Amino acid sequence: MAKKVLIADDEQNIVISLEFLLKREGFEVIVAGDGEAALQMIAEHRPDLVLLDVMMPKRNGYEVCQQIRANSALKGVKVIMLTAKGREIEVAKGMALGADAYVTKPFSTKDLVAEAKRMLGVT
Amino acid sequence: MKPPLRYWIWVLAVYGASLAIVGALGAAIAFGLPPDDGDTLARIVAARSPLLVAAAGLLLALCAGAVSWLFTNYHYAARLLAEQTEVVLKANPNHLVSVEAGPEMVELAKAINRIAEGMRGLQQDLELRSAQARSHVEEERNRLAALMSELTQGVMVCNAEGRILLYNERARALFLRVASESAPLGLGRSIFALLDRGQVTHALDKLRHSLEQGITQPLTRFVASVSGGAVLRIQVAPFLSSGSRLAGLVFMLEDVTGSLGDEHRRLSLLLALARDARAPVANIRAAAENLVQYPEMDSGGRARFVEVVAEEARALSDTLNAALREHALAFKASVALEDMRANDLVSVARRAIEGAAAIETAGEVEGDDLWVRVDSYALVRALTYLAAQLRGAHGVRAVRFRVEAAANFTAIDMLWNGAALAVETLAAWESLPMTVGGDEAPITLKDVLEQHGAELWCEEKAESARLRFLLPSGEPVPAIEERAAHGEDRPEYYDFDLFERRGVEARFEDRPLAQLNYTAFDTETTGLEPSAGDEIISIGAVRIVNGRLLKHEVFERLVDPGRPLKPESARIHGIEAAALEGQPTIEQVLPLFHRFCEDTVLVAHNAAFDMRFLELKEQASRVRFAQPVLDTLLLASIAQPGIPSRTLEAIAERLGVRVIGRHTALGDALVTGEIFLRLLPLLAGLGIVTLGQALDASRKTYQARLKY
Repeated sequence: MAKKVLIADDEQNIVISLEFLLKREGFEVIVAGDGEAALQMIAEHRPDLVLLDVMMPKRNGYEVCQQIRANSALKGVKVIMLTAKGREIEVAKGMALGADAYVTKPFSTKDLVAEAKRMLGVT
Repeated sequence: MKPPLRYWIWVLAVYGASLAIVGALGAAIAFGLPPDDGDTLARIVAARSPLLVAAAGLLLALCAGAVSWLFTNYHYAARLLAEQTEVVLKANPNHLVSVEAGPEMVELAKAINRIAEGMRGLQQDLELRSAQARSHVEEERNRLAALMSELTQGVMVCNAEGRILLYNERARALFLRVASESAPLGLGRSIFALLDRGQVTHALDKLRHSLEQGITQPLTRFVASVSGGAVLRIQVAPFLSSGSRLAGLVFMLEDVTGSLGDEHRRLSLLLALARDARAPVANIRAAAENLVQYPEMDSGGRARFVEVVAEEARALSDTLNAALREHALAFKASVALEDMRANDLVSVARRAIEGAAAIETAGEVEGDDLWVRVDSYALVRALTYLAAQLRGAHGVRAVRFRVEAAANFTAIDMLWNGAALAVETLAAWESLPMTVGGDEAPITLKDVLEQHGAELWCEEKAESARLRFLLPSGEPVPAIEERAAHGEDRPEYYDFDLFERRGVEARFEDRPLAQLNYTAFDTETTGLEPSAGDEIISIGAVRIVNGRLLKHEVFERLVDPGRPLKPESARIHGIEAAALEGQPTIEQVLPLFHRFCEDTVLVAHNAAFDMRFLELKEQASRVRFAQPVLDTLLLASIAQPGIPSRTLEAIAERLGVRVIGRHTALGDALVTGEIFLRLLPLLAGLGIVTLGQALDASRKTYQARLKY
């Protein structure tokens, strides 16, 4: 069965590329445009991996990540946080709140997909 | 002791007088005798002439003995008493005069001691009274000195000639940190050794001009870079005399090296980004515009443009990442933030929380070396606000604090027993104005976090909840080094009498001894023969300014002699060979000492010995000690020829100088300095008032010709 990935980012232009690429790699992709929507879709669809942007409307990425980790039913969900700010202290916070990886924009889409595959054990 | 001429004159005089009396008696007896009797007498005298010669010889011996007895018991004794009385009068009131001589002289000595005792009583009374009068003035000064030492800004005051009259501990630490380790910040020293002459005189001119314009409290600023690459921001204000004339300058110093560095880093980042981003962006834009504008373009051309976009975008990413990595420090917030020990911050916060939010607090000290860069007021406010919110919304009555290192950051945790805050609760608190009690702050928690470049979150850890502040670590602020005080007195960081010391530009030699600045110094050596390869192993020195021994302006260095120590010398100075290993060499230390004693007259006990060692090193260390040198050994023998021994101890005892730390270079230098100060009034009593006179008198004494 195809692994399910949620892309939570309010920047459409990056979503287009990521969605396109992940679909081509055989993932099932769902998209959320803000933090609230992300939480809803996570509860509803139980994705295997969430690509989580830090700066989003309504709920930011940290809050979403913390909610995921607070919910024991979502234990297996992997989280990769994406940020444009990229300060070291934010990385430290993200990792402390339970993110599995932290990627700073700009990044290579190819590398990101490779990391996602590694994390989900897909070859 | 060789009997002086005066003694022989007295012996001859008494003897001559006795002979004359006997001769006259004989002549009187012989005069007018009948001729027969005269002849008989002459015969008798001639027959008894050996007896007469013997009597004459005996008489001579008697005279010599009598005069010698008188001299020893009275004449010399009187001179010794006079010498010692002078000491009591001028140097050491506690000295007890004593002679071993005729009973009358011993009585006289006792009488002098009784008078001295009476004098001491009077003096004490007088001192008590003048001390009372002085204590008021002293109190004012102390208050000023205390104020100065508490200031976090460096302060220096100099007179119109640029001589330093006052400085505080912070200024000393500042120059010690930024300049070389022998930073010559000291009373009576020139400010131009520390700051650029041009900048100071320019500031002075500006202040003078402002004063002439009628501006009553002019102030001027400049930024100076000092040796060591540090940058100081300096404010200068004039110090006015009673006649509104400019009497001196007050300098307030602040080390801005760090913040200028941050500023510089930010600028470089901006420039690097602007420079390196333009070209790739231009290339991408051109390619993209072509693609949009000409959709009918053939697939070969299309592929070329797409390749351009991909390549340039990759290059731009790399540039951006590289620049941000290289200038990561530029993001460290700096404005209005100060480095502070995290534990200090926590204790301030705990007090504030207990006071304002009525919550019990506890702290676990994790390590005392964690520093944070904070606006302590804002952060304490934030912690207090959070504690108050916890109590208000969740009934939390007690919190604990913990400080720990977290990767490159410092975490300050506030823990309580209970559930963690809901994510949305904390998010809401972050954007509210921080209200504690009825007191509302105009800023939000979010503002505080942004200002600090900090992050905050709440989580559950081992049965309790914690709020974690993750803060950028700060730089430890070097603590002001506590100077080992010699004696119990307060540091002497000011001397307002130096205000009076204007226009003394007369030749060194013509200047009164009391007005000169001195460096009393001593060296410890591996042995007594510099020409046979003995070396200096330590130098100690202390400054004397305005007749005061400045026990806090001292120089003390151990020196690696580069040769083994003789065991017998180690017995004297107590310095072990191991202590000297890795110490700087004499070639490194002498230039520092040279700077320390520049513009002063050197004073040493048995100075010829120490100077010989210094002279032999002149070439190697490229400094010359050309200033005048005074020798306390010579000066003591001029002022006190009657002291039985010329050792430092004997002289110190005679003059009432307490000897501490003998046979360390600094200890001996301090004793030498004290002795020198006590000798000055005694020398003045002999008419030796100027440096020139002191040097002349020294030259004339016998020991000056000794060669080492």
